[in-house]
Amino acid sequence: MSVLILAEHENQKLKPSVAQLVNAAQCWKQTVHVLLVGNDLAAAAQGAAAITGVASVMCVEAPHLQHPLAEDVANIIVGMGREYSVILAAHSAFGRNVLPRAAALLDVEMVGNVVEIQAPATYVRPIYVGNVFATVRSKDPIQVVTLRASRFDMADIGNNAEIVNLAPPPASAKTRWLSEIRNQSDRPELGSASVVVSGGRSLGSAENFESVLAPLAAKLHSALGATRSAVDAGFAPNDIQIGQTGTVVAPELYIAVGISGAVQHTAGMQDSKIVVAINHDPDASIFQMADYGLIADLFEAVPALTAALP
Amino acid sequence: MGDLMKLLVAVKRVVDYNIKVHIKPDGSNVELAGARMSINPFDENAMEEAMRLKEIGVATEVVAVTVGTAAAQDVLRHALAMGADRAILLESADVLEPLGVAKLLKILVEREQPSLVLLGKQSIDDDTCQTGQMLAALLDYGQGAFISTLNIENGEAVVTREIEGGTEKIAVALPAVLTTDLRLNEPRYVKLPNLMMAKKKPIQTISAAEFGIDVSPRLALVKVADPPARKACAMVNNVQELVEKLRSEARVLP
Ligand SMILES: Cc1cc2nc3c(=O)[nH]c(=O)nc-3n(C[C@H](O)[C@H](O)[C@H](O)COP(=O)(O)OP(=O)(O)OC[C@H]3O[C@@H](n4cnc5c(N)ncnc54)[C@H](O)[C@@H]3O)c2cc1C
Ligand SMILES: Nc1ncnc2c1ncn2[C@@H]1O[C@H](COP(=O)(O)O)[C@@H](O)[C@H]1O
Repeated sequence: MSVLILAEHENQKLKPSVAQLVNAAQCWKQTVHVLLVGNDLAAAAQGAAAITGVASVMCVEAPHLQHPLAEDVANIIVGMGREYSVILAAHSAFGRNVLPRAAALLDVEMVGNVVEIQAPATYVRPIYVGNVFATVRSKDPIQVVTLRASRFDMADIGNNAEIVNLAPPPASAKTRWLSEIRNQSDRPELGSASVVVSGGRSLGSAENFESVLAPLAAKLHSALGATRSAVDAGFAPNDIQIGQTGTVVAPELYIAVGISGAVQHTAGMQDSKIVVAINHDPDASIFQMADYGLIADLFEAVPALTAALP
Repeated sequence: MGDLMKLLVAVKRVVDYNIKVHIKPDGSNVELAGARMSINPFDENAMEEAMRLKEIGVATEVVAVTVGTAAAQDVLRHALAMGADRAILLESADVLEPLGVAKLLKILVEREQPSLVLLGKQSIDDDTCQTGQMLAALLDYGQGAFISTLNIENGEAVVTREIEGGTEKIAVALPAVLTTDLRLNEPRYVKLPNLMMAKKKPIQTISAAEFGIDVSPRLALVKVADPPARKACAMVNNVQELVEKLRSEARVLP
């Protein structure tokens, strides 16, 4: 039996989460296969084949898979799935969409958002907005699991695994892809950035959000994040929301600017290595999550911090 | 279907989002006795969207359903107060996981034959985010998960949904299963008179056992614990001190 990893890629590039999943998968001590679904997969397949620990890369390519739908990807997994004892994906918007569908078709329960694999079927996952960590043991014959990829180190590069092409099943007759909007930014990708500067509703406007935080982000080569309140107020695009309902980040450095520290927000950043909080309210609960706290007006402190950096 | 569009909305009873739960002293589970319970926030968005579809004449009937014990009737009352026409309690004393809930809901969908099933994207207790996608799979319906806009056009649900770094638009043929994100809408405030009125509306109770399917848990809860503790926060007096600490102590700056 082997482990199947559903890989994510974008613009022909493999996402860093794949190397993290490959590393995590080693605990099963089984051969590891990586599944790529899309169109024009050559470069991503090369990337996956280079990850140490990968035995085969399975590619399912077709024009209609350019924007893979859950219906199609789940069908592909289920077509292959009974050969595997473990099926893994990242706990991203993509993994969360596809894997539960595949799990139900295989008649197994899924274990989501795993932060630690204690033993081959024993997992730790946060519940209650990250306030509680539950250890669960699965009794299912096939383990279908999404991992919080940032909690796992990356596997090394330097492999040359075989690449196998599989025939695509017919496209879903039920769902059609129409269009997408990707928010353009030359900043690092939020989910894997090593520094994140994040702002709250206190920034007051979209203009302030940009003019106060962007120069700091530029100096730190960081991604920008936001609270839900900042997103709801229209100060920041919704794909940079961090938290229970947004992206989960685990950077080396997280700078929370004018953020109160609601659990729904901290659920998305509690794995960060070093947390800095800047808030003018000494009682703000974000300070309980922080390593370094500065009680100050953000409109003075952030420009000063930006200026103090090389 | 078509001009007689019925909607089914799944609502779950969960610990209120303002409550910080505690762990039982023996670490076997969280302590829920006495905790304030509410409708799962995402399910309020699902209910709100259903009511809007009814108000614009797209939907004719909105049926709310919950799977749980008799205590879960209070979230059905909430749904009725928001405007649901009917409410169904699928009564089950079992500890349910998403797959089990999806299997029960599947049978109810086959009985009720709605054109659209709306669920929340995730429950805020177990934070699983699975039931809708599983239900869609079991029914062999198309799915629109994590939606932030919805329009019904020519027998399809046209939705905007969350993807990494943006959004996509897809069209899902009806009948379909959709799961709602918080930004889909702003749920209406439930007024006291509506809540009083909802108390008088009947709730249909169906015993889940009647469906005769095995919903026994596939996961065993080994233990629960507090999240890893963070070390105490060091307060700094000014920006210079902060930069100095980040450089020499935390070593996250060059
Ligand atoms: C089901 C559910 C899911 C949710 N999911 C998320 C999620 O994924 N992500 C998320 O972020 N939220 C989420 N929320 C919302 C969350 O509960 C909080 O409301 C939100 O995080 C608060 O955002 P905020 O810190 O920007 O605003 P506030 O709570 O209003 O805090 C603003 C802070 O800024 C400080 N401040 C104000 N002015 C200044 C100044 N000039 N200088 C310095 N400090 C200043 C204030 O002291 C305060 O602490 C969710 C809520 C629910 C119910
Ligand atoms: N016991 C339940 N009764 C009714 N609906 C449920 C139940 N459990 C889950 N759901 C629905 O499924 C959604 C997603 O839940 P989950 O998969 O647990 O995160 C919820 O927002 C509800 O709409």
